[in-house]
Amino acid sequence: MNDVLRRSLVFSTFAVAIVFIGFLQSWNVALGIFNLCLISATMALGVNIQLGYAGIFNAGVMGFAALGGLSAVIISYKPVSETISLGGLGILICILILFLGSVLGVIVYKSNLSQAYKKILFPLIIIVVLLLLNLIGAPAVERIEAFEPAASGFLGGFGLPIILSWIVGGVIAGLVAYLIGKITLGLRSDYLAIATLGIAEVIIYILKNEDWLTRGVKNVNGLPRPVPYEIGLQESTWFIELCENFGFPLVETSSIVVKLSYCFLFSIVVLTLFILSEVALKSPWGRMMRAIRDNEISARAMGKNVKARHLEIFILGSAIIGLAGAMLTTLEGQFTPTTYQPLRFTFTVWVMVIIGGTGNNYGSLIGGFLVWFLWVEAEPLGLYLVELITSPLSETNPLRIQLITNAAHMRYMMMGLLLLLVLRFAPKGIFPEGR
Amino acid sequence: MDFLNALALITNYILLPGFTYGSQLALGALGVTLIYAVLRFSNFAHGELMSFGAMICILFTWLGQSYGINFGVLPTALIFLPIAIGFTALYCFFIEKFVFAYYRRKKSDPIIFLIASIGVMFFTAGLIRFIIGPSDQNFNDGVRFIFNVREFKAFTGLDEGFGLKTSQAITILTTIILCSILFVFLNKTRTGKSMRAFSDNEDLALLSGIDPNKVVLLTWVIAGGLATFAGVLYGLDKIYKPFIFLQMLLPIFSAAIVGGVGNPIGAVVGGYVIALSELFVTFAYRKVLAYLLPESMEPSGMMQFLSTDYKFAVSFIILVIVLIVRPTGIFRGKTI
Repeated sequence: MNDVLRRSLVFSTFAVAIVFIGFLQSWNVALGIFNLCLISATMALGVNIQLGYAGIFNAGVMGFAALGGLSAVIISYKPVSETISLGGLGILICILILFLGSVLGVIVYKSNLSQAYKKILFPLIIIVVLLLLNLIGAPAVERIEAFEPAASGFLGGFGLPIILSWIVGGVIAGLVAYLIGKITLGLRSDYLAIATLGIAEVIIYILKNEDWLTRGVKNVNGLPRPVPYEIGLQESTWFIELCENFGFPLVETSSIVVKLSYCFLFSIVVLTLFILSEVALKSPWGRMMRAIRDNEISARAMGKNVKARHLEIFILGSAIIGLAGAMLTTLEGQFTPTTYQPLRFTFTVWVMVIIGGTGNNYGSLIGGFLVWFLWVEAEPLGLYLVELITSPLSETNPLRIQLITNAAHMRYMMMGLLLLLVLRFAPKGIFPEGR
Repeated sequence: MDFLNALALITNYILLPGFTYGSQLALGALGVTLIYAVLRFSNFAHGELMSFGAMICILFTWLGQSYGINFGVLPTALIFLPIAIGFTALYCFFIEKFVFAYYRRKKSDPIIFLIASIGVMFFTAGLIRFIIGPSDQNFNDGVRFIFNVREFKAFTGLDEGFGLKTSQAITILTTIILCSILFVFLNKTRTGKSMRAFSDNEDLALLSGIDPNKVVLLTWVIAGGLATFAGVLYGLDKIYKPFIFLQMLLPIFSAAIVGGVGNPIGAVVGGYVIALSELFVTFAYRKVLAYLLPESMEPSGMMQFLSTDYKFAVSFIILVIVLIVRPTGIFRGKTI
């Protein structure tokens, strides 16, 4: 009972905070924050599965979120027929070569050839594949990127509904997580964190530089939406009548309706994931995972395949992060690889999970909500604080101007302080993991 | 002659920048490795410590410049380096006192230390951006080149040449001096030996009357000093960017792990291995091969293994290979 009381208290405090923002700033802002809170909570649920259930330190959250974003582009953007006819075939052959190369590599690895042969064959396969990719891929890529580089210069996507990308984003992230997990999961926890941090950086570098796929730093704008557009609403008669009947302002209401529809879609995802994770946690599978986390050796003695379970959970968590990444890109309507920063994605999500309480799904939800809320509201709050502190200085004092322009960066300081304080004084988080 | 031309090209584009960048990485990796050897955790805040040191140095350089202080042909920042080291060491002292001392007393899991270091990283990153802002700062005001490519060509009569930047010479020299001092300190002095003893076997060290708090504080101060050097030298050589230091964390960790984490010699060697291989792999060899090969075999492509955009990925690939093939690194790591 105590648990229930605690939960309802914390969640209703958060609801009050959102309502407060709604009255104080505007409902548009409040809903905008809440939508991103929902996405953050999804990511936190994914990380909680890895960090909380199994104790896997995945510092590559950013990379998987970006893969989700990539899938949003590939699924929803309309195909650019010109570039496909220019270089589509070359790219297709390259993908085939890459696939065959990896299959060949695995065959050689699994075969019972002697080590000496393998040592020669592996580099040989890699060199041949790289050479072929360069020979076939480079000209194709050049042709694609040369086509109207200011407006297009990439292959585009499949032109399917963007909602589909949420699933595809999860699948792509899961596949990549399988490859990464195969290589890195045997490592000690801090090496794993470093290795996954590196992989995430590599993924971002690829997305930034392979213009034929993502337009790189030129960004992809104007992804289609799963919900109506504001302009469309403002022009439709039923909506105008509705607004007139209730006396709502037309423009503001239309954007609130759009945000509410996003909110509805995201809520379905978050609730489904939450229920599934709760069921999984309470099931024998969840108990096994915690057993492995708490005492790996005795779990192994009981005949549990620790490595396979870790891989399983790494894939699951990463897939959820990929889904959240696709949701984020859908909400923003554009894909900008440069915005993927480890401080903003990876480590903030860690803070969410740790503050909420590692291993507790309610904790991940509230952690995602609260941390994102603070992350956004830190800016006005920081500005207010700085103005208060520097108010004795004159308006034109360079120090004052400098501090006021940099006040937004106080959010990093606040995140750090919050993490350190929680780690020190309440290491189990807001909702400690139940037994 | 052709051979000398090729050599000059490689010196200009790979060896000099490689050894400079390698020195910066080595200084960073030394700090990471020392912390690991004594406190047994990977310090994610180290990149931000470098940034912090460089920031303090820049602030004092600006102050000095406004009073008309300069260092002649050398960058003014060098005068204020000791002050910056003092401030960073003090900052490290506070970090140890207020954050890590508690977990040390409780003998927490290394992963808790790691998470705490991420908290410190966040806080420091915010502090830096709050004070100096997120934009780039160029604070190198000395003479840019000791000799440039044109002078070199005129002097030797070669078709190709290399220039030596002041910042490159300073970086490489400083690193050699610092590493020598550090190795003498660790191997010859009583305090250094007590540090090694502590890292080798904590209980035995305690038994022989070594004060753990002293050792740990000293480690932080040394790591902070090295971080300041690394940050300032990197800023002088390229440019000071608050965002770059989180990205540099990866090559620094790679350097420490490739060399054998906890092993200072390994950290230095690792730094150079990472830096040189980054440049060797992403360099376009077309011109070099044109000099070396007979005319009929002159290559048509760029002859580049990997596009320059993937420079940072190289350090990561080396890291993964080392972790899989030889997890203890080139020099078996773990203790100083």
